Amino acid sequence: MHDLTPITALGGSAARVDSVGDVTLTEVPDVALASVAARRRQEAACAQTLERLLGTAVPLPGYAAEGAEYAAFWTGPDQWMLSADFNGYEDVAARIKAEVGDRASVTEQTDAWVCFDLVGGRINAVLELLCNVDLTRFETGRATRTSIHHLGCYVISTNAGQSVRILGPRASADSLHHAITTAMASAL
Amino acid sequence: MIINHPLLGPRDSAEFVYLGAAALMDRPDPETASAEDWHDYAYLRDNPAGPHRELWFHEGGDRSILIVTRDTTTHEITGVELAREVASK
Repeated sequence: MHDLTPITALGGSAARVDSVGDVTLTEVPDVALASVAARRRQEAACAQTLERLLGTAVPLPGYAAEGAEYAAFWTGPDQWMLSADFNGYEDVAARIKAEVGDRASVTEQTDAWVCFDLVGGRINAVLELLCNVDLTRFETGRATRTSIHHLGCYVISTNAGQSVRILGPRASADSLHHAITTAMASAL
Repeated sequence: MIINHPLLGPRDSAEFVYLGAAALMDRPDPETASAEDWHDYAYLRDNPAGPHRELWFHEGGDRSILIVTRDTTTHEITGVELAREVASK
């Protein structure tokens, strides 16, 4: 048996936390992710299955939705990213595939992304340095893909002006972390 | 320049990559096309001074391909459609 030590995307044994002023950036290591793309002519059936999994309507373009087990955000026409708590849903892609069957293609995404929560009263000052998201229209429940530090990232508004979740490419986790903490230091 | 994405609303053109004239969607049928058809498809382009239908890829967004009707003399955009919807018509 191998005796491997689990590490987070930033290489630590515990999630990284950085604070500047009242804004805190927290690495979130326990997120299981899978992308779901409806197959052609199965779009409605796929959305119906996802609605059952989520327990709520599937997110419309530019939005996210949260259910009891799964959360989801829209990534493209008839495509979504589903997330769940890693503890208990490590096999998230297989679980979703078992539900959607031939109606959609499901791809494991857990180790492709680094996840950060940016929380605090002045996060918009940080975000406007980082990306071109239209913050006046970025209400709670909105989600979009944007460029941060030349990296394609998803930004989800979990509480407008108070907290966002940022998903970025895991291979560039350190660069993204550097970009966000630098923006925090200069904006706050 | 702002492109009014049919699904996501107004987005900065810096998020997009230009992919050429929309006529590229009409690829000749490989079963029947002649060498001349392929030559036309690969090399010959109209160069209109005025409205031009062109493909823009939303690389920094939802990665959909749009057909944008843009006036090449003023950059005014008069129409934006999802290429997947045009292709399925």
